[in-house]
Amino acid sequence: MAHGIRYPLDAGFLLRNKRSLRRTLLQSQGLLEKRIAILGGSTTAEVKDMLELFLLNDGIKPIFYESEYNRYYEDLMFPNPALEQFAPELIYLHTSNVNITRYPSLKDGETEAEALLAAELARFRALWDKAAEQYNCPIIQNNFELPHHRGLGNLDAYDLRGRSRFISALNSHFAEEARRRTSLHLNDINYLSAWFGLERWYDKALWHSYKYAMSSDAVPLLADSAASIIKAILGKTRKCLVLDLDNTLWGGAIGEQGLEGIRIGKETPEAEAYTEFQQYIRRLRERGVILAVCSKNDPANAQLGFAHPDSVLKLEDFSAFQANWEPKPENLRAIAASLNIGMDSLVFVDDSPMERELVQSQAPEVAVPQIGNDVTHYISTLDKIGYFETVSVSSDDLSRSTFYAKNSARLSQQNKFADYAEFLRSLEMKAEIAAFSPLYLDRITQLINKTNQFNVTTRRYTKSELEDILGNEDFVALYGRLTDKFGDNGLVSVMIGEVRSSQIHIDLWLMSCRVLKRGMEDAMFDRFVAAARSRDVTAIHGYFNPTAKNAMVSGLFELMGFTSTGKTDFGGTAWRFNMEGSYTPRNHFIEVTHDPRQTPGQADGNRAGHP
Amino acid sequence: MTPDKLQDRLTAIVRDILDDQTILLNRETTADDIEDWDSLAHINIILAVEKEFNIRFDLEELKPMENVGELLDVIQGKMAPAAEALGELAP
Repeated sequence: MAHGIRYPLDAGFLLRNKRSLRRTLLQSQGLLEKRIAILGGSTTAEVKDMLELFLLNDGIKPIFYESEYNRYYEDLMFPNPALEQFAPELIYLHTSNVNITRYPSLKDGETEAEALLAAELARFRALWDKAAEQYNCPIIQNNFELPHHRGLGNLDAYDLRGRSRFISALNSHFAEEARRRTSLHLNDINYLSAWFGLERWYDKALWHSYKYAMSSDAVPLLADSAASIIKAILGKTRKCLVLDLDNTLWGGAIGEQGLEGIRIGKETPEAEAYTEFQQYIRRLRERGVILAVCSKNDPANAQLGFAHPDSVLKLEDFSAFQANWEPKPENLRAIAASLNIGMDSLVFVDDSPMERELVQSQAPEVAVPQIGNDVTHYISTLDKIGYFETVSVSSDDLSRSTFYAKNSARLSQQNKFADYAEFLRSLEMKAEIAAFSPLYLDRITQLINKTNQFNVTTRRYTKSELEDILGNEDFVALYGRLTDKFGDNGLVSVMIGEVRSSQIHIDLWLMSCRVLKRGMEDAMFDRFVAAARSRDVTAIHGYFNPTAKNAMVSGLFELMGFTSTGKTDFGGTAWRFNMEGSYTPRNHFIEVTHDPRQTPGQADGNRAGHP
Repeated sequence: MTPDKLQDRLTAIVRDILDDQTILLNRETTADDIEDWDSLAHINIILAVEKEFNIRFDLEELKPMENVGELLDVIQGKMAPAAEALGELAP
């Protein structure tokens, strides 16, 4: 991760070195190619270059279609063989207030002003409808920045003929549309320009000379924001925030100064700043970010800090807790292992530059924001850097942290049983395995696009593609939810098979690493075989496509009783399961229902955490 | 700043922007002489020059230029008033 590619963004450095940065980043292994159409209402060359850098930096290699200057509308609305052939997997509508067709004039009354607003909105709605209908892919849409100048002064903000008011009203409508349309994602340039400062955002010389809608200093910010959304759509955001304690979560060293000595609470400005940081982290946790501690302390002292009456965060908020004197890279590995997530899901926050450097060099997959050592800047850095960007907050997100805490309880129970089978039986597992239902489609999409380890093909699907599969008789598409005595694990497994000439091909088989070694894959396969049988197929074909992360399932098909039929085009292996003989169910530990209605609590989101 | 020094700094910018450390510039060099120095690269070069020398080009100066010499003269002209202002402050 090169300097300047992450917040704080160094616009001058990026501008000057973008070609060499690009050249270096293109040499990374395992880049994921994505076809992205940038349809611009102003010049987009620099936006495209910066977007490419930020995506490459996180393992995504964009292939671009770029509209001619200000042809965003024509390119989408009229027959366009070039774009059709390109077949975008994502469309970025880079418009801004220079693309507003007509503002109300001072002669206009309320009716005319509202009509103009409706007309502007209708034009964008037509674009989104057309994109959804023809390309069926996610759309990223800029909202609008406030105007450069205010003809009516302060009145501009509320008079119906004010441009500021017009833009604010349009932004509200955009927000409403984005809430309704699941494939529409807003790039909030209204916020970005305000945060950056409108005076720095605008560069009129650059507009008049080259038709850039914002200054060259603002372009990286805009592109980074769009890139964060793309990463969130592709499930490439991070999952777990790992925190140091002394001078990170509270002021002072608990081991030396004791509980009374640390600064947290409302007593001093410093204590207040740490409290605010803890509140920010608590909000991250509430929306599904997993928390962990990695501290050089005696465990007893480390835990003591959370007993402080003013501590916002409590011990039970953390799903992993490493307090010892071992090197932090080792502890981060232990945290990742105990949570069953990859090192590339971790974000490490520590006030010590030495520790940050050590982690960055020894565990380069871990994100290490340059947080500094001034608590008043911690929030700003974490907030701007977009590691935890999300395109929706699902009920599974809201219960995830609870899940991970409970998983620690599961692991500690494991030690008390004579054998693993006895342990599995003691979990009293119940699964709901059924065909896709619209209710779960958001979670299914999310799981498909972020599961890397237990995933035989690592094929990604957009929600629209899954909508097409849902209810299609040529597909066997199953999801699995797993509950046990500790709580609801949520929707954790997905299988998609396509029936072609009396044979069924497994296009996708994945499972969340939350539930490894619980027999859930056996239960899923049993159900898949039953569904295949009802379609009178003679064989099931399975494919393993190796990636950097899915080695754990290289032997899955063999284990399930498939026989090898050779190699696939992608350097993977192909397998066949004969359906002509009898089938002995493999699952012995999970009670399975096939009817979604039999599992309580799914209609209004799951109730994980309430056993 | 001496003309040679200015030319060296401009050369360094152009080399970075075009990602080619072998580029050599003289006053007569035109954009056509350098592979990749197209209109988009030119905008980047102008923006980087503004940052490097802490100057702002006027609208007129953002138009296409004849050759590197013209660009150097514009930069020199922008920097001279600033340098004089500093000079006046000197005892």
